[in-house]
Amino acid sequence: MPVESLFPRLEPLLPTVSKPIQYVGGELNSQVKDWDETDVRWALMYPDAYEVGLPNQGVMILYEVLNEQPRTLAERTYSVWPDMAAKMREAGVPQFTVDGHRPVKDFDVLGISFSTELGYTNMIEALDLAGIPLHARDRDESHPIVLAGGHAAFNPEPIADFLDAAVLGDGEQAVLEMTAVIRQAKLDGADREETLLRLARAGGVYVPRFYDVDYLPDGRIARVVPNRPDVPFRVHKRTVMDLDEWPYPKQPLVPLAETVHERMSVEIFRGCTRGCRFCQAGMITRPVRERSLTGIGEMVKTGLEATGYEEVGLLSLSSADHSEIGEVAKGLADRYEGTQTSLSLPSTRVDAFNIDLAQELSRNGRRSGLTFAPEGGSERLRKVINKMVSKQDLVDTVTAAYSAGWRQVKLYFMVGLPTETDEDVLEIAEMARDVIRAGRQATGTRDVRCTVSIGGFVPKPHTPFQWASQLDHETTDRRLKLLRNAINDDRSTAKAIGYRYHDGKPGIVEGLLSRGDRRIGAVIEQVWRDGGRFDGWSEHFSYERWMEAATKVGVDVSWYTTREREESEVLPWDHLDSGLDKEWLWSDWQDALAEQDLDDCRWIPCFDCGVCPQMGTDIQIGPTGKTLLPLTVVKNPLSV
Amino acid sequence: MARNIPSGPPPPPPVQKLRLRYTKRGRLRFTSHRDIARAFERALRRAQVPMAYSAGFSPHPKISWVGAAPTGVASEAEYVEISVAERVDLVRLQQALDESLPAGIDITEVVEAPLGSNLPDRIEASDWSILLPGVSLDTAQQAVSQFLTAAEIPVERLMKQGLRTLDARAAVVRMSAAGDQDCATLSVVVRHVTPAVRPDDVLSGLRSVADLAPPMPPQATRLAQGPLSETGEVSDPLAPDRPSPEGPGATRAGADLEQVAAGSPS
Repeated sequence: MPVESLFPRLEPLLPTVSKPIQYVGGELNSQVKDWDETDVRWALMYPDAYEVGLPNQGVMILYEVLNEQPRTLAERTYSVWPDMAAKMREAGVPQFTVDGHRPVKDFDVLGISFSTELGYTNMIEALDLAGIPLHARDRDESHPIVLAGGHAAFNPEPIADFLDAAVLGDGEQAVLEMTAVIRQAKLDGADREETLLRLARAGGVYVPRFYDVDYLPDGRIARVVPNRPDVPFRVHKRTVMDLDEWPYPKQPLVPLAETVHERMSVEIFRGCTRGCRFCQAGMITRPVRERSLTGIGEMVKTGLEATGYEEVGLLSLSSADHSEIGEVAKGLADRYEGTQTSLSLPSTRVDAFNIDLAQELSRNGRRSGLTFAPEGGSERLRKVINKMVSKQDLVDTVTAAYSAGWRQVKLYFMVGLPTETDEDVLEIAEMARDVIRAGRQATGTRDVRCTVSIGGFVPKPHTPFQWASQLDHETTDRRLKLLRNAINDDRSTAKAIGYRYHDGKPGIVEGLLSRGDRRIGAVIEQVWRDGGRFDGWSEHFSYERWMEAATKVGVDVSWYTTREREESEVLPWDHLDSGLDKEWLWSDWQDALAEQDLDDCRWIPCFDCGVCPQMGTDIQIGPTGKTLLPLTVVKNPLSV
Repeated sequence: MARNIPSGPPPPPPVQKLRLRYTKRGRLRFTSHRDIARAFERALRRAQVPMAYSAGFSPHPKISWVGAAPTGVASEAEYVEISVAERVDLVRLQQALDESLPAGIDITEVVEAPLGSNLPDRIEASDWSILLPGVSLDTAQQAVSQFLTAAEIPVERLMKQGLRTLDARAAVVRMSAAGDQDCATLSVVVRHVTPAVRPDDVLSGLRSVADLAPPMPPQATRLAQGPLSETGEVSDPLAPDRPSPEGPGATRAGADLEQVAAGSPS
């Protein structure tokens, strides 16, 4: 049965909504496959506005990997803004994909990529707009399998009621294996329960309904156990090993609408073993797997030809750590000399090597900004979080940047870290002042600036800080104010230091959703019923709405956020295996409290975090010793 | 001091300036001007057009836009000027660029701009066609005559500066209706004034003087923009740039290229 495009019904709504182009589709390199020539069909959703969701690498990679399969179809869908949602409800137009404008309800799988927990209400809104029952238990064979992926899927318990399944870790191979299982299940005429059982038994797919959670009288979890035979006690994360075998996206999507990243991205490695204790990404994506120098060169070349972008971002969790980053930078800068193509490293380390790299990368195009992230204000606190940067390192690095011509740098810190005191936070002001003074001296000008940008720390599952007490928002706000006063107090530097921060309230909601269990689902649903959407957007977020909803359904927010957990407590995500050994995480947490730092396992012997033996993986790093050859220059095909 | 001068040689200077006419059709009418500008820059790179760039730390390709149809409005006659650092073949450029742009943004003509001529100066008015599904010809005709007899029609529009009032009547040079009982089409010539009077404003004016309330969203298309004759006709702004049979001029790429080439002395 062909599925009709909803576009004719959508089109009359478009002149009446904001930024209509985001609903039109037709991005360069997008595709609309014939519905009837495929038998497994995925709707991939990024649960935020199109402008945020379109550049998402995860969705782009899976879209291409799936569509390369002849009998598999993948289309994309994003959260529609409230003005559009209202018009769609009025006109009876359901949630649609932007490729074929097909109803999301008609697909076999609705795969939702969660980078952040703040997309949960948007998921419920999309399910409701799609006409899919909100609760997994109310769905039947006519409904898609609602699947979560992305970093937040490492604790999907708060949204367990709404999910049929979740996949932990890298998605490239997982989606293909799932497609094969679903295809066979459809051929066999398997019912929904049977299909989900097959997925759960195949490994790597977590189906919440097949696990029962028992609670202790005090509210803590007693145990989580499978309720079906052959369903594994623990679900393991997926790891793609050879990045050069997965050079995706090959044909990156280029939107007509403006989005948050107007550039092409190449992931130069996956994983990070720097061991920053607050960083969930660094913990759950181990081990480090590098893309080779030549693999990077090839992806940049095909990507630029396919898109026409003038900037390439070399992505990873800490790009300057690539074993051949110097050769990558020089090789690419040489290749694209005189072509107005600029390269950037979005995440940078605090050392002078970075300045050389940044200069090399901006040789052919626009100069990008520099951001350094010491994360913690004091030397003591940086030992707690295992971010080993001294104040002198930072002052020297930023001074080198000013001397090399940059006039503005951004310094990123967190407030609310475990064991933090007012004094730790006030040292941020001192650091910023020292940076400005050293910069003025080095350049002989007063024209140097820095921006201090503060994020609130939220303890995350699968990190050494998963047991920590989250700082209450009142103390967070008080410290933010103290810091602002301290920056403003020194009149000689105050005007050269910018200060950006968010108040502590959204962090508490993020904390509730991050470390919550299945009982949090009722809060999320209540918030959505009370009008909550786009919680990652300050103009849509309402702390009061969340707190009122928690009260209505009887959830104590502080029990989930500011309460410190004990070693023996069963955590809601213990049955989900990121590879990290819980005992190692606990000992790293104890090391944090003892202000003991730990080096990177790329340059010291293995310290037994557990990932490699558990997952059968290994560190994959260079150097390869290869070089990037210049591209052959041909005469311009249009010149006379 | 030194920091304001990027290392390396300055970009090569422009050697040729081109005028392009393009369309904004179908679903692409929902693009904003900024969307079009980004799509163009990327298409120029994919098509390997040897663009001339500005100097400095943030070099930009030399592109200048001439007016722009508002978001939601289609057009058969949009114009942009680009400068290139190598002389290019106009026919191949048109083909390559058109293939690189999304379907709906179609390059319909490319001419070389003669030295010292100014395209924006030639753009005085636009000829709009406004489709009114669900509005009968009688109703439309009545509204048009009421509109034309009014001396002044103040309408409000939300702009960046807030709600502004402008006169929808003064800018309208002529207006007529055609069509049938199910769908009328307005033909409107609007002079370019500041702030611009857009098809939306004309429709607001019709609503205000004649209670014209289309049951379905109207669809406006710019058919032409250019010099305004005394009789209220909008003519082709690229006409002066085309080579005439009487003398040598710039080459022209377009649908009737062969005819032009055949007619010019070689």
